[in-house]
Amino acid sequence: MADRKEQEALLDFDYSKYGFKDEDAVYDFVSEPGLDEEKIKLISRLKGEPEWMTEIRLKAYRIFLEKPMPTWGVKLDDIDFDSIVYYARPTRKVADSWDEVPEYIRRTYERLGIPEAERKYLGGVEAQYDSEVVYSRMRKELEEKGILFMSMDEALKRYPELVRKYFGTVVPPSDNKFAALNTAVWSGGTFVYVPKGVKVDIPLQAYFRINLQNLGQFERTLIIAEEDSFVHYIEGCTAPIYDTHTLHAAVVEVIVKKGAHVRYTTIQNWSRNVLNLVTKRAVVEERGFMEWISGELGSGRNMKYPSSILRGRGARTDILSMSFANTGMHHDTGGKVIIMAPDCRATITSKSISKGGGISTYRGLVKVLPDAERARISVSCDALIMDEDSVSNTYPYIEIEADRVNIAHEAKVGKIGEDQVFYLMSRGLTEQEATTLIVMGFIEPLSKELPMEYAIELNRLIELEMEGSVG
Amino acid sequence: MKDTLVIRDLKAGIEGKEILRGINLTVRKGEIHAIMGPNGSGKSTLGLVIMGHPSYEVYGGEVIFNDRNLLDMEPHERAQAGLFLAFQHPLEIDGVRFSTFLWQAYSHRFGNGRKPDIIKFRKELRQWLKNLGLPENMTDRYLNVGFSGGEKKRAEIVQMAILKPEIAILDEIDSGLDIDAVRIVAENVKRIKQETGMGVILITHYQRILNYIVPDYVHVMVDGRIVEEGGPELAETLEKEGYARYGVAEEV
Repeated sequence: MADRKEQEALLDFDYSKYGFKDEDAVYDFVSEPGLDEEKIKLISRLKGEPEWMTEIRLKAYRIFLEKPMPTWGVKLDDIDFDSIVYYARPTRKVADSWDEVPEYIRRTYERLGIPEAERKYLGGVEAQYDSEVVYSRMRKELEEKGILFMSMDEALKRYPELVRKYFGTVVPPSDNKFAALNTAVWSGGTFVYVPKGVKVDIPLQAYFRINLQNLGQFERTLIIAEEDSFVHYIEGCTAPIYDTHTLHAAVVEVIVKKGAHVRYTTIQNWSRNVLNLVTKRAVVEERGFMEWISGELGSGRNMKYPSSILRGRGARTDILSMSFANTGMHHDTGGKVIIMAPDCRATITSKSISKGGGISTYRGLVKVLPDAERARISVSCDALIMDEDSVSNTYPYIEIEADRVNIAHEAKVGKIGEDQVFYLMSRGLTEQEATTLIVMGFIEPLSKELPMEYAIELNRLIELEMEGSVG
Repeated sequence: MKDTLVIRDLKAGIEGKEILRGINLTVRKGEIHAIMGPNGSGKSTLGLVIMGHPSYEVYGGEVIFNDRNLLDMEPHERAQAGLFLAFQHPLEIDGVRFSTFLWQAYSHRFGNGRKPDIIKFRKELRQWLKNLGLPENMTDRYLNVGFSGGEKKRAEIVQMAILKPEIAILDEIDSGLDIDAVRIVAENVKRIKQETGMGVILITHYQRILNYIVPDYVHVMVDGRIVEEGGPELAETLEKEGYARYGVAEEV
């Protein structure tokens, strides 16, 4: 593994330039804005899907039309579903070599440092550009172990029975309006299958990029970890800065079988015009372990509550999230745990930072069903408020129906301490360096869980958010 | 004047309430000045005002260091100019490793815009932790979090040793330390002074530490003013007689 210095050099580019757009992008197909059954059939036909999938889409579309908009969380009433482009395909081919990816897309990913990261420390990379995956490759030694890592579209072609068996079983379209919409128009996303007993020792990463203005991105991810397997999946997201809203409504389904362990890491750095409304959920069988780790830095309006349903005895989950709401941003994030079996353990740790008028809300649910005796749960939400204009809210919901349950809940809201800043400044750090260091310390529980490269990236992104914070 | 801290008629306080009522003090590099006085006399305020704590307002006077007006400078500029304050109550900063923080401070002090030698830094840090009787894994612990009172005080001295100030203000560095720890801290302050030639302002309520660090000058501060000055013998007199001679009621 490369040393830290090398990694720093590798990641040494200007993160403020995430917001660029590709002016010269060429698309193979872009659907007209708006949605109806014909458009859905067209998307399904263009993808060459089996009829059962077209049926699932149409059924989900009807649910979408019936479902009301959520009335809680972030502002949603200005979403104009008729102006959204639901499908844009840059290319028909999923390349397995960067040389085969169209030049303007390759350039984008090179600017984001993906091919280099792949060479150095990833087991596999998948790159989605607008609606379709344009690049997908996994190391040969992982392929030989029987691991499957490909776009959902490809999985549907090559492993239709596997997809059919699990698709929509964790997040049914009836779950919420945006899950229904995703099911109706899904495109791209990742399919991961890890066979029994196989441990994937280096992370697999998917990288989601939105380029087209007014595009809705609706990737669909399905991860199946068979008994006693392990996989670490990482996703990163960026988009250009536009003055109109861009909708990102993903669905992620994770199946953690007996004794398996899945770690799902997200570094979300969408531009502020992106509305991030995602449904992520895992079912965890006996002694299985699901970890959700996320750093939410971007997106003007963000609703995200990674969930774990602990279904087997002794199952575990850790949900660790950090969100940074800067000027004009509203993050409504948290986690959800539903415990159905005895002897389960769950930890939710939420760290939020509000700055320059940003709003951070923690919203969490812990539900312990009657059979889930001896559950042990710990919820902790810490909020750091950087100035007078910023806001932090906490809505923890806890419902316990079982006996002998041990639950600890802790919530802290703090302002950045003047004395702490002075202490650091008295050693020679500037005010900005001092506040940045305090913020970094605040999110340390998250960054220490990330692979080094991502911890460095996260720190860089935070430094960027902290820039100009001191007058 | 080079290598000299000059405080002239300094008046300062908090929210309009004057705490320092005209302090005059000159400290040259290599000198040790003890500031003694009863609780509430303004000793700690003096340290915080010299370092530039934002809660305090300066109502008059000046503080000059190496011919620069400190009062116009931000706290970090004062530190970079060679001033150091060992806090009476060091702050806890969660999630920030002791070594990460100190490396950043060290880079400012010795980097001249470039990264200094990290190997040399690590070596020095290890050595000073050892000198102060602190465990090596202190470097990976979060800054002052979970440190005992004594560890915090010793860690301040480690920071001082690494940052090699020109003038160091030590605010009640001996409070909360047992007698062995006082000796270790005092020996190391002397060692740093010997190696760097720094000047020291030692703020203390009790004479005890002055048995180990013998001051060149003793200043007695009462009610925001320096009311008496002398050599080390003045500290001994105070030890016997207390502050009662200045009309201050004796505390327990």
